[in-house]
Amino acid sequence: MNIASRFNVLPDDRQTVQFTLDGEIVTAKQGISLAAALLAQSGTASRQTVNGAGRTAFCMMGVCFDCMVNVDGVPNTQACMVTVRDGMRVTRQIGLRPLEGSNDV
Amino acid sequence: MSECDLVIIGAGPAGMAAAQTAAQGGLSVVVLDEQPRAGGQIYRNVGENRSKHAWLGKDYSAGAHMVDGLDHPKITTHFGATVWRLEQGHRVVWSQNGISHITSTPHVFLAGGAQERPLPFPGWTLPGVMPAGAAQILMKTAGMLPKDAVLAGSGPLLYLIAAQMIDAGTPPKALVETQTPRMMLNAIPHLPRAVFGLSIMIKGLGLIRKIQRAGVPRYKSASGFNAAANTDGSIAFSFTHKGRNKTLNTDLVLTHQGVIPSTHISRSTGVTHRWNAAQVAFEPTTDIWGETNVSGLHVAGDGAGIGGAQAAAAAGQLAALNILHKHGRLSADARTQKATSARATLFRARAIRPFLDAAYAPPAEVLSPPDETIVCRCEEKTAGEIRQGIDEGVTGHRQIKTSLRTGMGPCQGRMCDATVRGILIASAGPNADPIAPPRARTPIKPVTLGELAAMAAGPDQSS
Repeated sequence: MNIASRFNVLPDDRQTVQFTLDGEIVTAKQGISLAAALLAQSGTASRQTVNGAGRTAFCMMGVCFDCMVNVDGVPNTQACMVTVRDGMRVTRQIGLRPLEGSNDV
Repeated sequence: MSECDLVIIGAGPAGMAAAQTAAQGGLSVVVLDEQPRAGGQIYRNVGENRSKHAWLGKDYSAGAHMVDGLDHPKITTHFGATVWRLEQGHRVVWSQNGISHITSTPHVFLAGGAQERPLPFPGWTLPGVMPAGAAQILMKTAGMLPKDAVLAGSGPLLYLIAAQMIDAGTPPKALVETQTPRMMLNAIPHLPRAVFGLSIMIKGLGLIRKIQRAGVPRYKSASGFNAAANTDGSIAFSFTHKGRNKTLNTDLVLTHQGVIPSTHISRSTGVTHRWNAAQVAFEPTTDIWGETNVSGLHVAGDGAGIGGAQAAAAAGQLAALNILHKHGRLSADARTQKATSARATLFRARAIRPFLDAAYAPPAEVLSPPDETIVCRCEEKTAGEIRQGIDEGVTGHRQIKTSLRTGMGPCQGRMCDATVRGILIASAGPNADPIAPPRARTPIKPVTLGELAAMAAGPDQSS
């Protein structure tokens, strides 16, 4: 399943930034949240629960923690509370979440 | 450690109005907000947008002047700041960019606002289902418009978002509404009082007219929501309408069933809370000024009971006037005199609430959903598991939490408390003892050990 974005992104004159999502280059509008950028990029899951269920950003206001991804090596980062930056390295979180620095997935 | 006369938590209408009133009265104010910019959710990103997206409407762009009001020599703002502990006395502990800070102050004003009421049904955790308010945040912050979305649920915000989508040129595919004729009947006795809030009524009717004129199909008195993923990633959204099962295929289902106060901070500090039966939610107990039973702690705005943006701004002003009085900068008489217009605004804005609360009440199946529904999104616990626990003798929030782990994930119950309570009430029957609100403990947002360790030592350079 690889659904395109479920949103139309309005064209505007904002600058763009580039980050990587699981190694793939993504271009996003400057100043938006990482969660918005992920939803603009694709409609597929940005996280998998312990039971293997796909999730995407949900509440967009820091309440639900469904948008957690790994940003520059820091796991469990709320994508909706982070502004996109040039050169960010983002990876989807699959399954059980390791503590920082450990590999016990 | 830094000091100030007043710490305001939340930069929505209540927080912004209070900051301005307090600063003009001579107090040094620190405003903390988790979001990157001022405005709260209702005026999210308005300082950047101004009137750029005309389809968001005039009421939205009017919020820009409140954001501008924070630009005052006595006001210090910290954005991206998460408050995770509030100590009586008062020390506010907050974290920003991975470093924790402490601000000590005689007065704290909690203006944390509301969150959308969870609307759980089988499939609500799937990618492609999200709250309508979340989609509106994407509209405000990223210029992203929902494609051909189905709006499901009820409430004024559902109509507002539908109208904004129509004006933006991406109308919703359909509205699937939980409102029943009985709810409307229950709301009629509140109509006479609602006349005081006539302008809000007229705006609401205008939104509904716009949706009708745009030819958006409306399925009323719908129930039995269910979402399933199609192989291409779209959503098959089913519901019962006029006794028949109906399925709509869509990329996006946007749900909304009103908003409820965010009470984690107020509950963690020992503020007394009461059950608001009309709004089906807990709220902190306060007086007209927003003062609570905890010395030096005020709560107002939607975080103290849902009243909307106008009510929140007025209530924020009242709280600030009372804090000025407690600081000895205003006599009781001067405080009361200055409060006249805010009190009138608050009265008008609140007058329409009983009508709205009754007309858009959450249906029973939202409060206590079917067995297969995931209730706790973090720990993937279903309504059936919770009911089984209750059958085995588990009572109250705490026992359910300890036996099932509901509310023990990173959201700390923000997404499941309301539903757990609904299931408890539905299971206990009408004559049961009242169910106490769940405990909220520090840290009220997850923090890393690194953030704890990186507590800014010595005199804080941040403010």
